[in-house]
Amino acid sequence: MSTGHKSSLIERLDALYEYEREPVTRDKLHGWKTFIAMFSGEHIAGTEFVLGPLMVMHGVSARDFFLGLLVGNFLAVLSWALLCAPVGVKTRLTIYWQLRRICGPYLTIAYSAFYAIILCLLAGAMVNVAVTAVSIPFNIPNPDFAAGEVIPTVPWMLLAVIVGAVIAALAVLGFEKIAHFSKICAPWMVLVFFAGAIAVLADIGCSSIGDFWRVANEKIFTGVPAGLNSKYTFWHVMGFAWLCNATQHIGMADITIFRYAKKWTQGFASAFGMYLGHYGAWVCSGILCAAYLAAGNANPQPGNIALFGAGFAGAVCVVIAGWTTANPTLYRAGLAIQVATPNWKRWKVTFAAGVFMIMTACIPAVNANLDRIVGYYGLFFMPLGAFIFIDIWVFPKLGLISDYAQKARLMISWPATFAWIGAFLFSVFIYGKDHYGWLSRLLEGKQPAWLANIKADLLFLVAPEWIVAVTLYTIFSAIQQKTANTRIQSQEVGQ
Amino acid sequence: MKRILKIISYLGLVLTIVPSLFVFKGVFDIKVHYYLMIVGMVLWFGTAPFYMKSKSLNEKEQ
Repeated sequence: MSTGHKSSLIERLDALYEYEREPVTRDKLHGWKTFIAMFSGEHIAGTEFVLGPLMVMHGVSARDFFLGLLVGNFLAVLSWALLCAPVGVKTRLTIYWQLRRICGPYLTIAYSAFYAIILCLLAGAMVNVAVTAVSIPFNIPNPDFAAGEVIPTVPWMLLAVIVGAVIAALAVLGFEKIAHFSKICAPWMVLVFFAGAIAVLADIGCSSIGDFWRVANEKIFTGVPAGLNSKYTFWHVMGFAWLCNATQHIGMADITIFRYAKKWTQGFASAFGMYLGHYGAWVCSGILCAAYLAAGNANPQPGNIALFGAGFAGAVCVVIAGWTTANPTLYRAGLAIQVATPNWKRWKVTFAAGVFMIMTACIPAVNANLDRIVGYYGLFFMPLGAFIFIDIWVFPKLGLISDYAQKARLMISWPATFAWIGAFLFSVFIYGKDHYGWLSRLLEGKQPAWLANIKADLLFLVAPEWIVAVTLYTIFSAIQQKTANTRIQSQEVGQ
Repeated sequence: MKRILKIISYLGLVLTIVPSLFVFKGVFDIKVHYYLMIVGMVLWFGTAPFYMKSKSLNEKEQ
């Protein structure tokens, strides 16, 4: 069935992850402290300086913002604690080996390749964040995407190349030390976010704590979108907070981390990352953005707003936040790309990923639309996590065989393939019918009333796509396993 | 020694966050807050790396 080239590709991929093939043993398990530190460090990143301001620019109201983040982050924590961590603790396998059992090696390769692309894109967004601060002492203006600057100036791109090259070089040398450094930075970075926001509150008319809610409504989260941005509501904020790390929790990528947990309840440690980073830091960067604009400035880039609120330390915080998160992201991207480039050494692969990362960093549209990109990314990978969950917990109760691809020695699981494509296309269709011009024109006057009445944003589709994914996967798997059993039985009768 | 390093690093964190409260209350000018944050940053990064341990997941927790 498979050619020599294809089988060697699988062998190479297996070899790459060979050292983590076996389930984690009990003596390697970690307690709460490790997970709390890890989540707190990982979710206070450079991109937090982008996402808070994005919400402000989308004209979310104060009530919708605070409530939406509260609920959305709670759903994210529940997804880690109730969906992801129990699987990690039960199987003690990485996402790679878990997918390989359920989906077969070919689909796992596809997952790795797509994951590498999105990781490069995200690393590029983080480099972009760092460059917005590095550019300040050189008096190089940051590109203003809202004002139509779709390509940065040549000096800005040169800075991006230098910053990106340094990050790529450090990723080649290994990311363990950088990961350690990022954990050291975490407590300080949180305080820089809060200090910057508190310091500028007076500038926007907040003179006491009792004043905060009024100022939040009138000056920060005004409910009026800036420029051509669409209007965000409670549902957008909630959906985004949930979807933001969907690949990691509901998409199960973090089973690779939770296989080291002593108990599944350690999934609740994610609350530290969510409520410090994706709540506190987003609120603070939103305040910084509003105060920066209120002071008569334009183009609220991470470096500018941090400098405005926290001075030189703020600018350093942006550089460190961008750098410490871009580095491991690029390293992981290199690991995933290595699958497709068997004869390349690790440094070559990482530099290739670095070139892609630098190119991405030079596209201001990426950070200006980071919420959309993160939304697509979450919805794209989420179905695979849904399959893992159903395969492990529900299939035995339905009388279906778990890990079927591995047990039947299949190179690819067709139920997983079609359910993955089907679930993602479902979301693209539901969102696209009202937002993609070509699709809207194609469907004009042809939609039944019930379908036309569904007006869903991309950020609303986490739960619907999850339901579609598990439904398709269960039906397809039942057909596959029933057909295979019938074939085996008829072969036995024939004999 | 470790205790002294810890005290200095915590002082760094205090200098990072507390001045902003004084700016909020109108006691300090924002420039003072900027300078004190730099001092806080230097104190934190000058001490914390020497006592903060960071285990990777491949290492066993003690």
